[in-house]
Amino acid sequence: MNNVFVYIEIEDGAIADVSLELLTKGKKLAQQLGKKLEAIAIGSKLEGIEKHLFPYGVDVVHIADDKRLAPYTTLPHNKIVCEIFKNEQPEIALFGATSVGRDLAPRICSTTGSGLTADCTSLEIGDHTDPKTKTEYKNLLYQIRPAFGGNIIATIINPETRPQIATVREGVMKQEIFDAKYTGQVKVIDVKNLLNKEDFVVQVIEREIEKSKLNLKAAPIIVAGGYGVGSKENFKLLHDLAEVLGGEVAASRAAVDSGFAEHERQVGQTGVTVRPKLYIACGISGAVQHTAGMAESALVISINNDANAPINTIADYTIIGDLNDVLPKMIKYYKQNTK
Amino acid sequence: MGLKILVLAKQVPDTRNVGQDAMKSDGTVNRAALPAIFNPEDLNALEQALQLKDKFPGSTVEIITMGPTRAAEIIREAMYRGADGGYLITDRAFAGSDTLATSYTISLAVKKIKEFDVILAGRQAIDGDTAQVGPQVSEKVGIPQITYAEEIKGIENNVITVKRRLERGIEVVKCPLPVLITVHSSAADCRSRNTKLTMKYKRAKTLTELQEAGMDYEGFYKTRPYLTIKEWTADDLNPNPNCLGLTGSPTKVKNIENVVLTAKETVHLTSDDKDIDFLMRELIANHTIG
Ligand SMILES: Cc1cc2nc3c(=O)[nH]c(=O)nc-3n(C[C@H](O)[C@H](O)[C@H](O)COP(=O)(O)OP(=O)(O)OC[C@H]3O[C@@H](n4cnc5c(N)ncnc54)[C@H](O)[C@@H]3O)c2cc1C
Ligand SMILES: Nc1ncnc2c1ncn2[C@@H]1O[C@H](COP(=O)(O)O)[C@@H](O)[C@H]1O
Repeated sequence: MNNVFVYIEIEDGAIADVSLELLTKGKKLAQQLGKKLEAIAIGSKLEGIEKHLFPYGVDVVHIADDKRLAPYTTLPHNKIVCEIFKNEQPEIALFGATSVGRDLAPRICSTTGSGLTADCTSLEIGDHTDPKTKTEYKNLLYQIRPAFGGNIIATIINPETRPQIATVREGVMKQEIFDAKYTGQVKVIDVKNLLNKEDFVVQVIEREIEKSKLNLKAAPIIVAGGYGVGSKENFKLLHDLAEVLGGEVAASRAAVDSGFAEHERQVGQTGVTVRPKLYIACGISGAVQHTAGMAESALVISINNDANAPINTIADYTIIGDLNDVLPKMIKYYKQNTK
Repeated sequence: MGLKILVLAKQVPDTRNVGQDAMKSDGTVNRAALPAIFNPEDLNALEQALQLKDKFPGSTVEIITMGPTRAAEIIREAMYRGADGGYLITDRAFAGSDTLATSYTISLAVKKIKEFDVILAGRQAIDGDTAQVGPQVSEKVGIPQITYAEEIKGIENNVITVKRRLERGIEVVKCPLPVLITVHSSAADCRSRNTKLTMKYKRAKTLTELQEAGMDYEGFYKTRPYLTIKEWTADDLNPNPNCLGLTGSPTKVKNIENVVLTAKETVHLTSDDKDIDFLMRELIANHTIG
């Protein structure tokens, strides 16, 4: 009872990174609360999946295995999760802020009457005193997220309802094995008796999911371009630099919206969160929605012709100048100095 | 075969133009300080509704919007583009609603309307980017949901086929009606205003708007029922008061902080050759690159 739960997302038999990241975070929260970590794995052909989950410190894995449960559809997954929640009364439940998690979590919250905070960038445990009633609440989940176009950071709480539910984007939390030898318990869900025909009214008749070729999160060096790059053609300069440095190219939303770069390259609140060794921001002003996705980079270089661009305040090096001028010089002096 | 289509649309503060006074001290949005617009993805939803209406003559498209009196503006806007009318759900009791209280209220309106085949909503509203109200309304009304629709491919024998846009690809699903569909920004853009419809509906108003303008319902409006935008308050919906507004909202804002970027110790450089040469040497020397 009152444990921390993570919904495990499974695509083609593989566990999504975001779920492992949430387990890592979930374990920390559970330890702080003195509670257990439990995982919910729903899908088809899940045999042995628990072995991949236990090392993240999972104490209990709930498994619902049935060929009708993959690919994901809302209603059966919703019913299974709600049934588990009814029996186990979780304190906290975490979902990936993915196409699946953002389809499922709101439906679950509506069923259970729980509060839900989407796209959290940070989760912490803390206390709260209601300003009006003076009621004290211990050990609530602080669900922290940028709000209102990213101009503010809000801390959201659910004082009264349980579970406290949050979604988190892929890459926001770190993924770490807790203990390679850790083991827990498996609980198998009686799918046949729980689900009926009505739960399968939505049928998937076609599905094309690309394996993402690009892995921004793993790139040690990122050359990111913003609206200031000016055109798709100009992005070539960034690709050139990324290539000689052994990095990847990323973009701001303004650059993606203008068609300079593909959507999967977007860094920020509504894109990917990255923490590379080096982040070179070219023609990016540094709106909070953007910096939310790159502020933890070890080293930041900003190239901007405006000395007052907000990005400069979080940069380790600023180069005030035209990126069209600077980027070729960076390539030139890199080559010269590494010869 | 005519369809009865409902579109959930929200008037949102334009978060792309946020000023200092955008938030009140209690952490809720100060709507008065911001330009209000038709939530962009709700326009995509409206377009899908209008395309269904084009395809199935005899269909009707009605907007449901929950918000202050002023939100009637987007119902009119939808009518200029081809919607038949709408419902403004408005009451002080709804103030401070989070997504759960919002979807509860909207679901009561849907249940009161009772007959419908398709409910269309935007994927998410730009004021919160939460994408929760669609699925929650669908759960509360007790119908299936299809999220992230990019295209409605067709309806045959009461079964709708929808293409969904997912993070890493697409999916085509089918489902018997009724269903709630949330529409993604990658779907077709909404058609613009139609001149004839704009003329026809220019004077469409809610009762409150009529009263505020000192206009008389008898006479002009009574003989033109299509000009009355229906307006429902909490009393019309027979709600459980504990599920409304701030009271019915499980999520509370504990506190808000304005974003302040903390300055680091920064090395300032220019685009001069010697500066860039220095930088590249330093990065190589400390093993960041190379
Ligand atoms: C809900 C919400 C979510 C969002 N999510 C994201 C997100 O995930 N990621 C994201 O990036 N944004 C996001 N945004 C958008 C964000 O608010 C900014 O609009 C965006 O990041 C700005 O991109 P930019 O810095 O490229 O463009 P701009 O702000 O237009 O900045 C361009 C910069 O380029 C500089 N420049 C121009 N020409 C040159 C030149 N020749 N050489 C050098 N510098 C030059 C300019 O001085 C300027 O600083 C979101 C917004 C909202 C409302
Ligand atoms: N107050 C409201 N009135 C009508 N529709 C709404 C309202 N709030 C949300 N919606 C609908 O739900 C969608 C998702 O909203 P949100 O969960 O706030 O991101 C929107 O695109 C609208 O279609």
